[in-house]
Amino acid sequence: MVTIKKSLHLLTAALFALMPLVSNAETPVVSAHDSLHAVTTETSHETHDSHDTHAEVDPSSREFVQAYTEHHLMDDHYYSFFGNAEEHKHYGFGLPVILIDNGLKVFMSTEDFVYKGTVVENGGQHYKYYHGKIYKTDAAGTISYDEHHHPTNEKPFDISITKNVVGLLLATVLLFLGFTALAKTYKSSPNNLPKGIARALEPLVIYVRDEMARPNIGEKKYKKYMPYLLSVFFLIFLLNLLGLTPLGLNVTGNISITVCLALFTFLYVNFSGNADYWKHIFWMPGVPWPMKIVLAPIEVLGMFTKPFSLLIRLFANITAGHSVVMGLIAVAFVMKQTLTTPGAVGVSFLLTLFLTVLELLVAFLQAFIFTMLSSLFIGSAVEEHDHH
Amino acid sequence: MTIPNLVGAGLIVIGAGIGLGKIGGSAMDAIARQPEAAGKIQTAMIIIGALLEGLAFGALILGA
Repeated sequence: MVTIKKSLHLLTAALFALMPLVSNAETPVVSAHDSLHAVTTETSHETHDSHDTHAEVDPSSREFVQAYTEHHLMDDHYYSFFGNAEEHKHYGFGLPVILIDNGLKVFMSTEDFVYKGTVVENGGQHYKYYHGKIYKTDAAGTISYDEHHHPTNEKPFDISITKNVVGLLLATVLLFLGFTALAKTYKSSPNNLPKGIARALEPLVIYVRDEMARPNIGEKKYKKYMPYLLSVFFLIFLLNLLGLTPLGLNVTGNISITVCLALFTFLYVNFSGNADYWKHIFWMPGVPWPMKIVLAPIEVLGMFTKPFSLLIRLFANITAGHSVVMGLIAVAFVMKQTLTTPGAVGVSFLLTLFLTVLELLVAFLQAFIFTMLSSLFIGSAVEEHDHH
Repeated sequence: MTIPNLVGAGLIVIGAGIGLGKIGGSAMDAIARQPEAAGKIQTAMIIIGALLEGLAFGALILGA
């Protein structure tokens, strides 16, 4: 039992450490971005190669808003807090780009590299940023396209510290600070009331234990899974909350991150599944044998749909929330002509405020649901059955 | 987005809406009958609501 526990902990630690690798900037370019690109290339052919294809579009137009929202939902190599569409300026800081391409190539991304399509030379290779991805080019930065307008240039393996990775690291540091404070209180005396931020964390820890782990996994076995459930709960909750701040982070709204989190649950469930769990999947007891054959593939499919629905739910909820908030902020720009500037800003402010409060609820609810369902799935895998 | 996709997305939303309505309605009935079990009913309601939501979102994303 001890070895299983140890290996599970080790597995989690290793997977968390590998998370930034999976969540690199290989996010597919969203189709709306492409259609917008087509629109802008028709009007101005000069902007063809620049990343900032919406630069020529009027900031109050629907296309601009759509492109801006798409941009926010994607991972980025430059941390931009806000920008000025008229002057094509972005205010933020560059992030380190780490490429594996005949050895390790490390350089800092700049505003020009990410938004103006400047070619960067590093170790005899030229790199160019195009639509969220880095391509190898010649010194002039030529990018060739196939008939669907997708670049055909070779891509180096990209493990850059992108915006999402910065978000993850920030959340990790914050959680570490909060929980070391909580642990210190218990170390000094188990009956002490935690002070500061730890006082807010203690009820949540107890909530996860008493509302999710204990009733779903069972009194005997829940302790083994508490580290995972607490990690996942606080990580998702904090990242969701960070997504509501003006930092512009959208970490849990990135499908790579949610895939990773759901993968942990999948591995936890299947590595801790007992003989009964596997028997119920492959040879369902209590039904006639033709039924067993029919049920086996369905149950195997069910093994995968459970984590799949977990990842889709978190991703879609956060993405939808962010899109709607961005859309309502855009009301201030789009309705400027009809409502005058103060009116449009007021309407936009009220609607955004309302929705942000709702998003606070969603931020907690999604963390709750993810942890709750994880513990439910783990609980069903370790459950002891009465043999009938 | 083509028209069949949009119609499909609309059907998904209608289906999910009916489902959520039934879950919410039954939960309200149950709470009215047994107010002391409100906490447990709420938790179960949220779980089923989330499962339904996952299905609806999954279908929307795969469809759109």
